[in-house]
Amino acid sequence: MIIPPWLDDFLWTYQNLIHALGINGLLALSMYVVLAVGQLSLGQAAFMGLGAYSSALMTLKLKLPFFMVLPASCVVPVLFALAIGVPTLRLSGVYLAIATIGLGEVLRAVYLNVDYFGGALGLSGIPERAETWMIYGLLFAAVAILWLVGRSGVGRAMEAMREDETAAGVMGVNVGRYRMGALLASAVLAGLAGALGAHVSSFIGPNEYGFEPAVTILSYALLGGIGTPLAPVLGAWILTLLPELLRGFSDLRLVFNGVIIVLAVLFLPNGLLSWRMKRRGA
Amino acid sequence: MFAQQLVNGVLLGATYALFALGFTLMFGVLRVINLTYGFYFSAGAFIALFLTRQAGFGIWAALPVAAMGAGAVAVALDWLLLSRLRRVNAPELSSLMVTLGGVLALYSAATSILGPDIRRLPPDLVASDAFVLAGLRVTTAQLLILLATAVMVGALMALMRGTRLGLAIRAMAEKPDAAGLMGIDTGRLAALVSFISGCLAGAGGVLIGLNFNAIHPYMGEAMMLRGFVVIIVGGLGDIRGALIAGLLLGVIEVFTAGYVASGLKEAVAFAILVVVLWTRPSGLFGRAVVRRA
Repeated sequence: MIIPPWLDDFLWTYQNLIHALGINGLLALSMYVVLAVGQLSLGQAAFMGLGAYSSALMTLKLKLPFFMVLPASCVVPVLFALAIGVPTLRLSGVYLAIATIGLGEVLRAVYLNVDYFGGALGLSGIPERAETWMIYGLLFAAVAILWLVGRSGVGRAMEAMREDETAAGVMGVNVGRYRMGALLASAVLAGLAGALGAHVSSFIGPNEYGFEPAVTILSYALLGGIGTPLAPVLGAWILTLLPELLRGFSDLRLVFNGVIIVLAVLFLPNGLLSWRMKRRGA
Repeated sequence: MFAQQLVNGVLLGATYALFALGFTLMFGVLRVINLTYGFYFSAGAFIALFLTRQAGFGIWAALPVAAMGAGAVAVALDWLLLSRLRRVNAPELSSLMVTLGGVLALYSAATSILGPDIRRLPPDLVASDAFVLAGLRVTTAQLLILLATAVMVGALMALMRGTRLGLAIRAMAEKPDAAGLMGIDTGRLAALVSFISGCLAGAGGVLIGLNFNAIHPYMGEAMMLRGFVVIIVGGLGDIRGALIAGLLLGVIEVFTAGYVASGLKEAVAFAILVVVLWTRPSGLFGRAVVRRA
């Protein structure tokens, strides 16, 4: 394939932004799957951090090739999701939210204070092994899979749970299993995003996976809405591009993300893109 | 050594209890996990910083004024973010999300206005000498914290159990609709509960800023993890439980830092949270589905 020179220049200049768009898209999807069953997890940044740190350590210390590191980067986030999900998902939704915010804070403190994780300096010198096509390939695959799931009976069950959990349970939806499945899928997506992010930026540090990124990921999904899997991805793209376009306001980026969440919950409960998926009649 | 660690742990735990008290009160009555709570804590500390540095206040004058200032911030935020959702009986996760977005905006706005650096209260604010009693060392700041916590917990208990206002608050915690029908102005009461919670958080911010001598915009966020652990271990909405759980957490953290590794104290706190969620999700002192305030 021949890439014209202007396109090559463009890709080179905006390489970081292009990577960020893809990775943030994956993160928005990882938020989407949890919101789609009516739960709120704020562990996306924590899961991403676990994926990033575990994959970076596999690459740096164990010298494993990337095709093994990338799938393995899901393992640690999934284990943490199980440890938190099993006790909290049988309780009311606030418990999952609290435990996942707590998880992010704790992991940040652990990365900072334990020398094995590089402390405040983080881990550097990670080889840049993730390619743009891998990021977008995974993003496309994730959207496609979530779209197909959303159109199927599973998607119908998820939507029923989101609207009225008791009614869904009475109609025979195994509520607990769907919640757990959604949380695990979310951990997998965030773990992959973390591994990809670590292997395009060559450096990871404890502050990249704390409270602020966790809330930012929520703002992606709330801006887009959760009618279809594409909506949160577009939300992520808007909120990633906006600070680039309005450079002078980049200090206020986080203020803006916070205000987006407030406005979205108070005034736009269905997000900006509120159209919903079409389903064949059952 | 052991006894000194225990004393330090109890004193640290008193600050955690003070912080978590307002948080759990807010949940117990308003049924909202209000994440802006950590910001009241930072706000209290910054108001005290301004009062003592710029306006020449002493600690005894600055503490109540800063606490009430934080209370006013709490009322304003509650009105801005939550009163609408309360009126339409929105699901509890919506209110959680609103406060989450709100607190991110507030912290980052405060950081860009005030700067991220660590500030300190004037060094001569409290006498720096320590009391030594039977070989145990306690600083004046620590004594002040213990005293203030005891006074505030006592006042809160007396208010909740001994007055008609407390009865109204407990009625609202039990069933807001029924309380409204009994002639209780639930909107005003919600504002009042926000104010009390904000005062507790603000006082906690001043005292902890004094104890660790470090004030910065995100200090409340760092405290929230302890808040979560305390309110879940104590049982959501349980004031007495929060008090005991706070003291317990302080002692455990000090012992972890002293005998294991200081880098792991947050991890231990979180492990406690997860274990309690596995084994006793309604808190150490809770019974299933009994609501308390």
